[in-house]
Amino acid sequence: MSPLVPGPTDVDAMLRGLQGPDAIVDRFPIEPFSIFRQRMVAVREQITIRRKNRGTPAAAAARKQRNVLNKEARIAMFEWLGQTMLRRAHTPTAFRERLVAFWADHFTALGKAGVARRATSPYIEDAIRPNLNGNFADLLQATVMHPLMLDYLDQIQSMGPESERAAKMGPKKKRGLNENLAREVMELHTLGVDGPYTQEDVTQLAELFTGMSFQPRNGFKFRKDFVEPGAETVLGKTYPDAYNVAPVRAVLSDLATHPATTRHIAHKLAVHFVTDDPDPDLVDHIEAAFAKSGGELMSLYEALVTHPAAWAPQLVNFKPPIDFVSSSLRGLGLPDGAFAAFTERDFRQVFATGLVLMGQQWERPGGPDGWPEEDGEWITPQGLAARVRWAMVMPQRIMGGALPDPREFVETALGRHGNDAVRFAAAAAESKPEAIGLVLMSPAFQRR
Amino acid sequence: MTSELSRRTFLTRTGLLGCSLAASPLITPVSFAQTPWDTRLVVIILRGGMDGLDAVQPYGDPALRTLRGDLSAGPQGGAIDLDGYFAMHPALAPLVPMWEAQQLAFVHAVSTPYRDKRSHFDGQDLLEAGTSELVGARDGWLNRMLQAVPGVHAQTAYAIGRGDMQVLQGAAEVANWAPGSELRLSPQAIRLMELVAASDPAMLNALNEAQLLTEASREGVTQRVPGYVQVAEFAAQQLSKDARIAAFSLNGWDTHSNQGNTLRPALERLAETLTTLKSKMRGNTWKKTAVIAMTEFGRTARQNGTRGTDHGTGGLMVLAGGAIRGGRVYGDWPGLGDGALYQDRDLMPTGDVRAHTGWIMRGLMGLDQSVIENAIFPGVDLGSDAGLLL
Repeated sequence: MSPLVPGPTDVDAMLRGLQGPDAIVDRFPIEPFSIFRQRMVAVREQITIRRKNRGTPAAAAARKQRNVLNKEARIAMFEWLGQTMLRRAHTPTAFRERLVAFWADHFTALGKAGVARRATSPYIEDAIRPNLNGNFADLLQATVMHPLMLDYLDQIQSMGPESERAAKMGPKKKRGLNENLAREVMELHTLGVDGPYTQEDVTQLAELFTGMSFQPRNGFKFRKDFVEPGAETVLGKTYPDAYNVAPVRAVLSDLATHPATTRHIAHKLAVHFVTDDPDPDLVDHIEAAFAKSGGELMSLYEALVTHPAAWAPQLVNFKPPIDFVSSSLRGLGLPDGAFAAFTERDFRQVFATGLVLMGQQWERPGGPDGWPEEDGEWITPQGLAARVRWAMVMPQRIMGGALPDPREFVETALGRHGNDAVRFAAAAAESKPEAIGLVLMSPAFQRR
Repeated sequence: MTSELSRRTFLTRTGLLGCSLAASPLITPVSFAQTPWDTRLVVIILRGGMDGLDAVQPYGDPALRTLRGDLSAGPQGGAIDLDGYFAMHPALAPLVPMWEAQQLAFVHAVSTPYRDKRSHFDGQDLLEAGTSELVGARDGWLNRMLQAVPGVHAQTAYAIGRGDMQVLQGAAEVANWAPGSELRLSPQAIRLMELVAASDPAMLNALNEAQLLTEASREGVTQRVPGYVQVAEFAAQQLSKDARIAAFSLNGWDTHSNQGNTLRPALERLAETLTTLKSKMRGNTWKKTAVIAMTEFGRTARQNGTRGTDHGTGGLMVLAGGAIRGGRVYGDWPGLGDGALYQDRDLMPTGDVRAHTGWIMRGLMGLDQSVIENAIFPGVDLGSDAGLLL
């Protein structure tokens, strides 16, 4: 809860909020990938200059300039971390920010090298946010075909073994398929690991995906010369050659509305927003509504928030570290300009280091499956020790003299979930920062 | 017999909850009964699917060159010859002294029972569950080992790091910790923290453990070295004292593209982890140690179209330590020629990682074969002992 922004009055207001303008984006902007890729262009230019002028002062200058560009991108990443925290602290439609985080995790993507490693927030801005309330097929296409995903899951280099390009490179080069993206699209993004696909489907989808590529200067690029000739058959359906993105879009649309996908998404949404072990009736209800709508995301969300199981009075799910930190800042009433004077060092000390210790490094999940949902993964001695350390030190550092009175903070932060133990601790702590930390570490704040 | 009490009931009964646990002499490790064995076991989970054919290259198999144009070039590509047939990837060069001291071994062409779907996440779940299928119990095989023996206390086994170590989770109490996590609070803050968390047993338990483990990790690890080195140092410290088991992960094995560049750093981390364990263990601890590094699956025998490898089946186990009969490559080599590959794609698994691990545990801890076959790795066929231990 926030002392600055009132919460939604009812479920209709929650859903209406998702369909209104995304105003928080203008208030706390983050660079979209369409702009970000100019950074990649600029770095490549320096690399080219360096290569062409080896051993000369021009090469040394280019190297220096490349380092400057890398550093700028790194600092920008921290600034977008700050903007993300500010959005979460100030948004009148908190449900939207929760959904952005949910889908950004479901479609985890991060750059593999160079400045692209800073591109996750720009990717979310481009691929996730604008597609939050449309059809799942559009969200799936926007993410799977996004340059950052193509980079992350090795699609950019993948080409048909019989493609024009592979033939040109000659048999010695042995260029061909990389099946990483094809496998993860079926296993993680759509059907789920228990879905009805085989290794042959993975290989066929990898062949079908050939041609998807990326150029920093132009963005997504379809390369006809990478396409594996011949039709591909995925899950029993045959997709003829087109030498354009049409078959890719077609197979993704089919995967998006497959019954296994519907079930997979319904279950994951219930786990994420309600509890690790959701009521089967809730999952059935979400699944049925999602299927009936043909993959409309608003129907998916409506089914979730209108089911009584989503409103059980007990707090259950343990917040992941990033959500713990951002909800702390929302509860504290983070000022608009809190990070205006922050240096890279400040961002590291206040956020990056603590999140690593808590087990959730910023924009660095361990793999394409994103962060774990199970509470047990977060309730560890080392993770909670890091939360206590953050909770007792960083609010003071961020808020300076504007820390709230701890006794009032119990009420603003916990509302009806406050109890006598927390009220006692808030009053009995030896210092104000410790008192605030104790409130933030209370089970009522750690769970939701 | 404090060791027979779970720490939680122990703390509750003795009224220690609410005062500074770290200050109590009753709960420092020395008060626990000795574990019934003195050997040490380190389990390293290599997440992402290590390419066993590149880590230990069967250059004596003529089919290798046909399958791999750019990768796994054997001694000609700088790999270190081991026995005239297999050669170790150049990035493992720091392990040459360990190999020569016969404290390093490999088992080739092994796998878990996991087949065909080739998912990292299911593959790792099965590797850590130690079962034949992914159904039922979600505890890890290393935890079931602890459940099967008497005398285990809460700091017998450490799961180290910030990621999940399912292999060690379950009903037996284990210590979950990462170097750098120390929690130092005033006595008043501790009292209030416990009051606030009292309504949430899971949180309370984790916070209490954090205080205990802060005390146990007092000596600290080297600062400004990579996290994986700190993990290895911390493991070596604990194993040099009362801990008998340590488990942790090394990530970064999912080498789909440009494996020439992407596998090297992962192998270097593995090598430095092993040399750190050896150098930081005190006294004769290393002599009594077996390290087992295992992965969820191997990778495709053929290199893929992007100079990498995709998810496969048969893979490699890495064994190290003074307790290991090292200096050799174990395993029943299936060959890479026509018809020898699994589904014409992957290295054919000819051994079960669970069987080899079972024999090592039997030797190290004196476990009954029936305990291994029924409780720890239910349904495993142990086969004959390959003699991996001295």
